[in-house]
Amino acid sequence: MSSERMDLSRNGNDVGTLGDRVARYAFFSCAFVTVLTTIAIILVLINGAVGFFRQATLVELLGDAVSAGSVGGAADAIGEGLAAQVTVTEFLFGTDWSPLIEPTSYGVLPLVWGTLVVTVGSALIAVPVGTLTAIYLSEYADERVRRTLKPILEILAGIPTIVYGFFALSFITPIIQFFFPQTGTFNATSAAIVVGIMIIPMISSLSEDAMSAVPDSLRNAAYGLGATKLEVSTQVVLPASLSGILAAYVLGLSRAIGETMAVALAMGMLPQITTNPLEEMQTMTAYMVQVGISDVSVGSIQYQSLFAVGLTLFAMTFAMNVLSMWVRSRYREEYQ
Amino acid sequence: MSDETGDRRTGLRSTLASVGSDRGRFAIGNLLSTNAETTGMTANSGSKAAETTAAERTTDAGADSGAEMSAADRPLGSPRVDDAIIESRDLDVFYGDTQALQGINMDIPEKQVTALIGPSGCGKSTFLRSINRMNDLIDVARVEGELHFHGKNIYDDDVDPVALRRKIGMVFQKPNPFPKSIFDNVAYGLRVQGKDDDIEEKVHQALERAALIDEVEDKLDESGLDLSGGQQQRLCIARAIATDPEVILMDEPASALDPVATSKIEDLVEELAQEYTVAIVTHNMQQAARISDKTAVFLTGGHLVEFDDTNKIFENPESDRVEDYITGKFG
Repeated sequence: MSSERMDLSRNGNDVGTLGDRVARYAFFSCAFVTVLTTIAIILVLINGAVGFFRQATLVELLGDAVSAGSVGGAADAIGEGLAAQVTVTEFLFGTDWSPLIEPTSYGVLPLVWGTLVVTVGSALIAVPVGTLTAIYLSEYADERVRRTLKPILEILAGIPTIVYGFFALSFITPIIQFFFPQTGTFNATSAAIVVGIMIIPMISSLSEDAMSAVPDSLRNAAYGLGATKLEVSTQVVLPASLSGILAAYVLGLSRAIGETMAVALAMGMLPQITTNPLEEMQTMTAYMVQVGISDVSVGSIQYQSLFAVGLTLFAMTFAMNVLSMWVRSRYREEYQ
Repeated sequence: MSDETGDRRTGLRSTLASVGSDRGRFAIGNLLSTNAETTGMTANSGSKAAETTAAERTTDAGADSGAEMSAADRPLGSPRVDDAIIESRDLDVFYGDTQALQGINMDIPEKQVTALIGPSGCGKSTFLRSINRMNDLIDVARVEGELHFHGKNIYDDDVDPVALRRKIGMVFQKPNPFPKSIFDNVAYGLRVQGKDDDIEEKVHQALERAALIDEVEDKLDESGLDLSGGQQQRLCIARAIATDPEVILMDEPASALDPVATSKIEDLVEELAQEYTVAIVTHNMQQAARISDKTAVFLTGGHLVEFDDTNKIFENPESDRVEDYITGKFG
């Protein structure tokens, strides 16, 4: 009997076989690729942005310092490279953006303004429509209607954004022009409407998920007290799912901030700060398209301005994502 | 009335105690030793017996008020009561193709506690939910027959279920306070029903009647979810009585609670019966015996088998199946 004793000790063969280990590293490296990409993008943006604000990029500074040969030479080269090209103050608070036409000026506010107009305008459309759609789908629609409507909404989310741009240009703008004949071919209203339509599925779908997660016991409690369906939806389900709904808003809006093709097409390329939404404006993303397809040379200040604008955009969407996470944890409800 | 009720209950309790000791089998332990095969056989053979007896008994119906009961589905015992506030007549409930209730005929007397007991899936909760039309909220649920509240069939087309639920409050099996403050939980019903004058006082009163006020007086603005399970259930009771309904339906209100919290809820139910009509579903037979005046026994398949005074049901039921269930031979 003793010779038949079961051996449960590790002997190096039964645990962590080669195949196991290979699979583990394969999965890990896939996950690691996304982390690396994120880090790389941030580094590239920062490197380019330094090149915009100073005479040389970080990489160029490093190269100059190495090739200078002596410590003093390296210090001189770095000092020279760090001389200001565009001041951060001028960039962040300047109200004139004309990088391609002399005399050049690099105040980013007109681009930020254009982005804000589209974002706020699209929110005015997508937040109410998206929320009401979500309430309808979650509380009112019967199973059959829900099964039909949800895929249609998801198709809306799958349409390429450039198609939305054409749609704005060829359909929405003429309608606006019918009512306001002074409206230009490119205008902020049309862009805001189309971006609003674009993010409705995102807001309604995420909000509906949040509302469906509210347990029926809460609905029953309210119905049992003689609440109407409208009261149950707005006073019980909506507040109970507030965190998810607010997070949906924030995600929808950060999509609006980053939206590119539709606004480039519908809103135009004229950076200006104006309160008239029927005029042409330019968003940060549209500017980046404009430079991207123009013939500016690599290393020029116009080319480097891409990185500065890109970094600003990234900072905004990143802030929105952080806000979304904060909202989620701040307003999280336990229903038990 | 309260003195009289009190006396009657004391009497009932001592009777039950003696029943328990005499028979020596009135213990919850027995309920656990049920044999599934026996259950099925007893249920089938008993069903026919019940029908026959019911048909014979139709003649002696106490026909002093309210709607008539049909002969076919009349349960054993005395399903008619003198001061009925709710009268169920041939009530069928279907969930899709499944029939959950089969021709329920019984009355619920005003300002008394009526217990609905029976094994799982017997339809007692379904019956409770059909009293305030909560079954309307289930897409596949369908109701046939009549259920009268103050003589009015609540399944008539002109009845608004929302208005009905304002008269018939409900407490659920699992405590389900809103993720709102304690005050707002109690105030919710008052607000939706437009009874929000003197709201502070009404909330205070409801918490007092639900025997919760001493525990929460200093923290009315804290979340209702921070309370213990028993406190949450009393909060839900306070919420239900704040709007002053006539009937309170309770669906196993103590089943998720520990013994101490359970006994508090039971005391509260007896207290409430002085002002309200209470219908309570329970799995716990001692609980039904302790707190109820009338008891309805549902058995498998959605049949109401017997309805009578609680002491009659627990001492000397007419149906053998009910006796088997009560004494723990099946269920």
